[in-house]
Amino acid sequence: MADGPAQLIACHDCDLLQREIPLNPGCTASCPRCGAVLYRNATDSINRTLAYALAAALLFLIANLFPILTIELQGDRASITLYGSVLSLWEQQMRLVSASVFVTTIIIPAVELGAMVYLLLPLKLGFVPPGHTLFMRTLQRAQPWSMVEVLLLGVLVSLVKLTQNFKVIPGIAMWSFGLLTLLVAAMASTFSSRDVWARLDQIKQRRVAP
Amino acid sequence: MSPKGKMVQGGSAAGSGLLSCHVCNLVSRKPRFSMAACCPRCGTAVHFRKPQSVQRCWALLIAGYILYVPANLLVMMETGSLISYRKDTIISGIVHLWKTGNMMIAVIVFVASVVIPLLKLISLTLLLISVQRRSRWRPKQRTRLYRMIELVGRWSMLDVYVVTLLAALVQLGSMALVKAGPAAVAFGAVVILTMFASKQFDPRLIWDPLETDFSREKAQKTL
Repeated sequence: MADGPAQLIACHDCDLLQREIPLNPGCTASCPRCGAVLYRNATDSINRTLAYALAAALLFLIANLFPILTIELQGDRASITLYGSVLSLWEQQMRLVSASVFVTTIIIPAVELGAMVYLLLPLKLGFVPPGHTLFMRTLQRAQPWSMVEVLLLGVLVSLVKLTQNFKVIPGIAMWSFGLLTLLVAAMASTFSSRDVWARLDQIKQRRVAP
Repeated sequence: MSPKGKMVQGGSAAGSGLLSCHVCNLVSRKPRFSMAACCPRCGTAVHFRKPQSVQRCWALLIAGYILYVPANLLVMMETGSLISYRKDTIISGIVHLWKTGNMMIAVIVFVASVVIPLLKLISLTLLLISVQRRSRWRPKQRTRLYRMIELVGRWSMLDVYVVTLLAALVQLGSMALVKAGPAAVAFGAVVILTMFASKQFDPRLIWDPLETDFSREKAQKTL
């Protein structure tokens, strides 16, 4: 990869053609014309992203299995999980809303975390996961629709609204969603698709010429 | 395949006949005798610009504008208890929050469900019109505007989540009543449609009119 295609890069926001330059660790290259971030030299990108993804997957499970909020009024108690609230809305004939919540807060984050682990774990172990292009594409398509952080803000707003009328007890899932938001943000900042492709090329080349 | 040779300094990839892959960022030369091009590294279909970007974006945006009306006029949430009953639209819900002393929350909800959707609809309209007129006005700022829309658009889902959680939780306790109204559907649709619209928009179109200027200059110099 010393010469040729790898050295040319086009800005995804303004299509300016430019040559890649080597970066110091932790630095970012941005487009001189429009200021878009072109690529980063994230330190130890694959290992760190994998670690964050695994931790996030665990928290995601906890966040979905335990209740988010519990309300109490005169000894009467009610608590709800995320899936429970989706189901309840479905039964209240708000199917479109229910489906959009289900997709953006459960399905897409699960797909995102799953794809991340599926891609990075084999890379770390030194082989190419089958169907990696499909997963890279899925990952890129899914990312804008994963809205865990928005959901967290939604939980907090609901919490404040509910305290007007009820005694509210935040559940384990709420704290997990908080941590999950941080981990997903950390994951997004260390992930570098450029490094993943470089590693894929490296492994493939090694296999062709041992 | 390898894009060596002439590279126009300071020009666009498309101007040099090069395609860049949006999945793996590889830059490749367009095969001469075929219409459809695939990225040689990852096989994704690559285009110089997103196909029919402007038309698709307009279609989604207009649908967004149409649904924006019921989203704001219809009832978002019905709340009832033994002593009180009220029907709230988005705006009246925010006013109620403000009056009951939750000013912080009122501001957050106002920004997420009124300011951001409006900003998004207007900005995308502005971007589309400027691109269609091949405007050369402040391309850097317009690109920055586009990046901002992409970044903040998702936060509009806030109100949909709040309604979902409240309706489910309070229903379950049978102590009071909270119901999602028809505006929740319309509002959710506005958010999703405008997100799709901004995905369809191709910011590289903002820079294309400048490109022709550039090649013209270049041509004049060589003459």
